[in-house]
This record gives sequence, C-alpha cells and structure tokens, in this order.
Amino acid sequence: MAFDYEKYIRPGKLPHIWCPGCGHGIVMKGMIRAMDTLGLEKNNTAIVSGIGCASRLPGYIDCCTLHTAHGRAAAFATGVKLAKPEMTVILVGGDGDGTAIGGNHFIHACRRNIDMTYIIMNNYIYGMTGGQFSPTTPHMHKASTTPYGNPDPSFDIAKLAIGAGATFVARGTAFHANQIDKLIVEAIQHKGFSVVEILDDCPTTYGRRNKFKSVIEMMNRLKEVAVPVKAAEKMTPEQLAGKVLTGILYKEDKPEYCSEYQKVIERAGGAAR
Amino acid sequence: MSQRLFVKGNEAVAMAAIEAGCRYYFGYPITPQSDIPEYLSRELPKLNGEFIQAESEVGAINMLLGASATGVRAMTSSSSPGISLKQEGISYMAGSELPGVIVNISRSGPGLGGIDASQADYWQSVKGGGHGGYHIIVLAPASVQEMYDLTMLAFDLADIYRTPVMVLADSVVGQMKEALVPNPRPETTLPEKDWVVRGRKEGTEQKIVKSLFLGDGELEAHNWKLHGKYDVMREKECRQELFMTEDAQLIVTAFGSVARIAKTAILTAREAGMKVGLLRPITLFPFPTQAYRDVTGQCKKILDIELNNGQMVEDVRLSVARDAEVHFYGRPPGAGSLPVPEELFEQIKKYY
Ligand SMILES: Cc1ncc(C[n+]2csc(CCOP(=O)(O)OP(=O)(O)O)c2C)c(N)n1
Ligand code: SF4
Ligand SMILES: [Mg+2]
Repeated sequence: MAFDYEKYIRPGKLPHIWCPGCGHGIVMKGMIRAMDTLGLEKNNTAIVSGIGCASRLPGYIDCCTLHTAHGRAAAFATGVKLAKPEMTVILVGGDGDGTAIGGNHFIHACRRNIDMTYIIMNNYIYGMTGGQFSPTTPHMHKASTTPYGNPDPSFDIAKLAIGAGATFVARGTAFHANQIDKLIVEAIQHKGFSVVEILDDCPTTYGRRNKFKSVIEMMNRLKEVAVPVKAAEKMTPEQLAGKVLTGILYKEDKPEYCSEYQKVIERAGGAAR
Repeated sequence: MSQRLFVKGNEAVAMAAIEAGCRYYFGYPITPQSDIPEYLSRELPKLNGEFIQAESEVGAINMLLGASATGVRAMTSSSSPGISLKQEGISYMAGSELPGVIVNISRSGPGLGGIDASQADYWQSVKGGGHGGYHIIVLAPASVQEMYDLTMLAFDLADIYRTPVMVLADSVVGQMKEALVPNPRPETTLPEKDWVVRGRKEGTEQKIVKSLFLGDGELEAHNWKLHGKYDVMREKECRQELFMTEDAQLIVTAFGSVARIAKTAILTAREAGMKVGLLRPITLFPFPTQAYRDVTGQCKKILDIELNNGQMVEDVRLSVARDAEVHFYGRPPGAGSLPVPEELFEQIKKYY
C-alpha cells in the first residue's frame, strides 16, 4: 500500500509554494516518513523554522509549529526545548538561514548539545529572495549578487557542526530520497544535538544562473558527487577529490544539555524533574 | 544636461550613491530592496569599489561603521526586519559621530509581517530606533527622482553633520519605474574629515573612534554636543513640499507614496470647488514643525494620512498645538491596503 503522507499534512495547506523541481518537497516527504517510523505524536512534536523557502516546510506539517525570524530558529527552539524537554523538537531551514544570519545560534546550539534535530536543506543559495549567494555557494559560482563569480570561500556545514560540538552529524542528498528518512530517524533517536544536512537543488535561482540545463542535470550532479562514508574508506584521495561524503559522518555520546541542567537544579536545591 | 532614464526607485538610489562617490556597500538580501545590492554588486567593482554581502544585517551595519571611520563614503540598505537588526550599529554610529547612509525600503510588520508597502517604521526611524536617545536625519522620497536626489543629499548631510542619515521609502517608491534625470553631484563645501582613523600625517596624534566616555562629565558634554547638532538640523535642514496650501481650508499631510495618492484626491477636491492643499514633509527628522505653524495661520483643519495606524500624526499634533484640529486617516499595512484616491477624497469631504 502506498505510504499515506496526508496524515501528517496540515489540512488545507497544500498545494505548497515550492517551484517545480525544487528539492525541498523531497526532504519534507522524507521527514514525514521518519516521523511515521518513530510514531511521533503531532502534539508532542515541535517543528521550528526561520525564514526562507526551506523554512516554509513546517507550515505544511500538522505539528506544533513555530515559524520565526530569519536565522533564529535554533534560539527559538532552545527556548521550546528548555521549557518542554519532553517534546521532540525538530528545526528545519536553509543554508542561508542556518549558516549566515543564523550561524551564531547554530554553532552555539551544537556546542550546548541540546537534544534537538536540525535538518538543513542546503541548496547553495538564498532561494526565497531571488538567488543571492549564501555561505555555501561554491567559489566562483554565479548568483544575483556575484555577477562576476563568487569571491567567498564556502562553508562545509557538516564539518562546521562537528567542529562546533554537535554529537550526531549526517549528510544526504535530495537525489537519494530513500536515505533521507533513515538519517532523520537516527538523528531524532540520538540524545543530543543532531544535524542532518541534505544537499538540495534550487533550479529557479541557482540552476539557471550556473548553466544547469534541467532539474535532472542538477539531480544527477548530486548523484555523482555523493560518496557513502563506507565506500569512501576504500577510495584514494585522488578518487575522492570533488566528492562529498554522505551517511552518518559523526556520532558521539556526550552529556545532553537538558539533563546537565537538571543537575544544576539539583545542586541548587531545586526539585528533580 | 543629463539624459532622461526610465528606472526603478531602488536603481535610482544605487545610481545616486555611485554619483555621490560612495564606493563601499555592505548589505544582506531582503525583499523589496534587493535591486540595490544587485545593482551595486555589478557596478561598484567596475569603479574599483567593493560590494560585500555580509552574513547578516548586523554584520553589514558594523562594516559600514568601520568603513566610515576611515573616511570613505559608504552605505547599506535593507527593509524593515533588517533595519531593526541595524539599530545597534546606528546607535553606535550616532554616538561615535560617524557619517553613513542607510536606506530602508520598508515593508509591513510587526515581526515578519509581509512585503507590501507600509509606513509603520516612522517611529523607529525618527525617534532613534536604537538605545541612548539620539536622532538621525530621515529623508522621505515620494518619487523615483527624489530617490535619486535625496540619496545624493543624504551623503552630503551625513558628512556635514557627522551623522547617519536614513532614506526611508516604501516598496511603492522602491519598485515603481519613472522618468529620472540623473543629475551630476552638486558642488558642496564639506568639512574636512580630520577625525578619520587612517591617513594621518607623520607626527600627528592617532584618532580614536568611540562612543564610550568615562571621564567625569565627558558623556554629558558629548550628549549636549549631539543634541546641539540636532537643534542646528531643526533650524537649517527642514524640507517640505507645499501644494495648493495658500487658500486651503483643509490641509492634507502625508509623506512618501501616500502623499502622491493624496495629491490626486486633492485635485479631485479642487475640481469640486473645495479649497484643499497638501503639506508633505520631506525631512521626517528634522520634522518641519515651522511649516505646520505657518499654514495653521489661515487653515484650521489638518487631515493626516498614513499607511499605518497613526505615527507621524503625533508630531503633527505637537507642531500645531491647539491652532488647528488634526484628524487622522490610516490603515495598517496588509495586502491591498494601499488607499485609492477616491477613498481619500471621501475622507477629505468628511472633514472639510
Ligand atoms: C532579518 C531578515 N533579513 C533578511 C530577510 C530576507 N530573507 C528571507 S529568506 C532569505 C534567505 C533564505 O535562504 P535559505 O535559508 O538558504 O533558504 P531557501 O530559500 O534557499 O530555501 C532572506 C535573506 C528576512 N526575512 N529577515
Ligand atoms: S526559489 Fe528555489 S528554493 Fe525556493 S521554491 Fe523555488 S526552487 Fe525551491
Ligand atoms: Mg538556500
């Protein structure tokens, strides 16, 4: 029987705003399958986002929703999680939202290791505002504000998360749709701050400026560059040049923030939760 | 004479900045002002200038502060939610007496609101949107030509008074296309920038750019100095447009895009034999208080129209005191809330 996505979709919210060929919808479907696998209760799950095409996702999912300010999802979500540690808190957003304006909140959420899952849809561009370059736009690629090519070096989101202290970091792509839900399931099950970066596409504002002839070409590119971590172990540095690793890149057991804070409460003479 | 062009208000801002000698732009994308960074990212490198897309509006305003401290002409632009984020930097620039131009192509709020036209940032702009009790000069263009002319003026005023200057327009003025005569930069005598942190001659003292004053009485003296400048601005820099006010029995007052719509309604009223005029403040700070006092000699009724729930009307009331009755008509921003001339004509009839 076909999977029933409808049960997690907020009534009356479809059709969505995304352009034909946009990868954000593929990520949303993966996320819904993951929620179903885990049997997440809608009213015990908070989905928090900032602003951007990616950040519109929570509007379509019938859970507790916070659609907040551009870049601030991690901060808002931290407030939710501290007040309601029993809730499953999932953040979603784009590369611009999470690593430019929200970069500071992002690294500090990683550092605290608070038990939330952050799904970042990295389409290498500010899609919603018409295609300005983001911190992940590849060097010398074109965007509406880099007509001569992007002079900035770019972030590797997964490495940034690991460096900042996230205790679960995974990467998938919009092409490898069947892997998305599996990564998200493991991320949510992990106790601590987990990051799932999904390499995504924006045909409308990035693809057309960078000579991708079609969405299929953009998807094929994701397929070509992705190398599963296991396969990479057997490859030489030359073979790995220009590739990106996918799968679970990092996992570590470390004290989680809400539990650590309980100890502070107990030391201060407050009641255990 | 310059040729006539047909351009968007946002492009006119960018063109004026270049003509004014601005070579450094720091911004962060946001609708409906992205034409400004897009234009400047294309044009500035051709002129050995630089365009930086910062990591956020907070980054951008502080880059502007830094560039300005070295004495170059620099600017930033954004739209309401981004302008909120710049308030910290604007307060520091005001406190450090640094020139700089900030363009706000405002949209509706509060919070994320929407991208439609709004004048709800009046209070934030003119009352000192950041902390500490300061003012910045605020210019309110109503046409594409004024977007150009007032941006040009903003750079001069910023240098003359060593202050941030804001150009406040809404998406109607920013996005519409009109004829523009891109006049060359006017000759102005500007004070020497003897305070810059770079380019001092050998043997002269190093300069400090700061807004921290810990010495006994230093901060108070600094504030008196700043407020003294605001008084000079009030005296010398008020600008307004008067339209058919000489014999008016009712004067409509509005700024920016709404003043354009009001003008059409006023012409309809004139055709109907009603003596109605328009007072359009062009500087929102300093507020043209004297112009209001002048017109209330003969006109006892003022109708203030804004695209918000009533903000400038407070300054209008303060200006006219009890010399005229002040009425207000406005609508909070929202899709389709731009008033049409017929609607404003109804209001004129109501209070005439
Ligand atoms: C304070 C503030 N600055 C700027 C914006 C404008 N803005 C909205 S979405 C966005 C970029 C979104 O890019 P990304 O997060 O990569 O998401 P995408 O649209 O690519 O999915 C920007 C700059 C805003 N809403 N608020
Ligand atoms: S603009 Fe790009 S990111 Fe936004 S919906 Fe369209 S394809 Fe997706
Ligand atoms: Mg993006």
